[in-house]
Amino acid sequence: MSEAQTYLPLSPDALVAKVRELHAEGYRLVQIGATTLGETIELNYSFDRAGTLLNLRLQLPAAAAHVPSISSVYWCAFLYENEIHDLFRVHVEGIAVDYQGKFYQTTVPFPFGTRAQTAAAPAAGN
Amino acid sequence: MARTVIPFGPQHPVLPEPIMLDLVVEDEKVVEAIPKIGFVHRGLEKLVEKKDFHEFVFVAERVCGICSFIHGQTYCQAVEQIMGVAVPPRAHYLRTIWGELSRLHSHLLWLGLLADGFGFESLFMHSWRVREKVLNIIEATTGGRVIFGTCKVGGVRRDIDTAAMQSLLAQLAVIEKDMREIVDVFLEDNSVKRRLCGVGVLAKDDAYQLGCVGPMARASGLTQDMRQLGYAAFGELTFQPITRPEGDSFARCAVRCGELFQSVDLIRQAAARLPTGEIEVKVTGNPNGEFAARTEQPRGEVVYYVKANGTKNLQRFRVRTPTFANIPALVKLLPGCDLADVPILVLTIDPCISCTER
Repeated sequence: MSEAQTYLPLSPDALVAKVRELHAEGYRLVQIGATTLGETIELNYSFDRAGTLLNLRLQLPAAAAHVPSISSVYWCAFLYENEIHDLFRVHVEGIAVDYQGKFYQTTVPFPFGTRAQTAAAPAAGN
Repeated sequence: MARTVIPFGPQHPVLPEPIMLDLVVEDEKVVEAIPKIGFVHRGLEKLVEKKDFHEFVFVAERVCGICSFIHGQTYCQAVEQIMGVAVPPRAHYLRTIWGELSRLHSHLLWLGLLADGFGFESLFMHSWRVREKVLNIIEATTGGRVIFGTCKVGGVRRDIDTAAMQSLLAQLAVIEKDMREIVDVFLEDNSVKRRLCGVGVLAKDDAYQLGCVGPMARASGLTQDMRQLGYAAFGELTFQPITRPEGDSFARCAVRCGELFQSVDLIRQAAARLPTGEIEVKVTGNPNGEFAARTEQPRGEVVYYVKANGTKNLQRFRVRTPTFANIPALVKLLPGCDLADVPILVLTIDPCISCTER
């Protein structure tokens, strides 16, 4: 089994427009995932259409990781966006349902973020 | 009308695992549901930085105690894809058989929990009685009942010989007959129908827009099943996703009932075509690259994203579980329902919090 998968680099500014385009073409939002790479946070927005996976890739500086929400296009994205905030300290602007850091009940704040992010976070958790 | 917030969970009789819903109600009607998770988050994704990629199969399998085998399999598929490992055909077929046995016991477990949820205790016990027989097959062929431990990068650790396969098929015939009796009650009994029909209706388009997966999506008419991607031996077996058009709780139950017999059929097909030969290949070197493997868990599509940089430890291991993908649909379904229907609606997404709290 070899499944075709595409990774498309994108800037945060172009994200919502591209997502609108994919929505109009009938893509399903599969997931939003984050990866900490040194002092960079890599975001993958995965979409599926007829069994083919298309990934939009954003690279953000961990110290100032801000992205616009895509929940105005795919409402279900709010869950993933709350997750990447609570675990990676990615600030997502305009989430349809924003739990304000209370979605995950973690003892360690932003446990998957960079060391600098975790150290700078309030000690009481998110 | 005054609004009241009722905490549903994290400990609740219908919840085997902790998830919390703050239910905002007006009288007996739910007007908003706010989920909270993370009560037992284990940070298993982070553990990938400390375990080497071969060893990590054991961690992946422990993401969940119900669909454990498929978790291990999906992880292996991701690593094998990155490394270009050609898994022997026999191993693909054995993975398929164990994966479908997982689906059988998971759906029977869920049917039992559903029956328990609407107060049909004898049906709950019969469902779990049959599930026990499936677990016996799993124990006989893998040595484990919860954690199979048979999947590895490059193939499988154990084989099923001809005598064991014959025994498996004979037991499967008994299980199929038992399941038929139980399913007849789930699908024909008037009290079950009255409890499930028309409750929590999710339209086909809504299911797609909300990113639903698995039986939740298929019960709303979506023909979405990751087994159609053809991983393991599924590309060589004949099956069609089981769907229902109604989109209600009864449809979600009916889809899972239908999938019980579909799994039996797939196991028989795989056993009949089981190729001879090796069950594993030697894997050398370290992975370097990335891949998102997708398989069909009992609860729906699971995504394993693996990123490696040529060392023995992976850079990133991320799991998007089917329960996580189905939570937005639950949040949409609950407003407008009666408070008494909340347990049924929560159950019909077949929530697996263990998976979600990976």
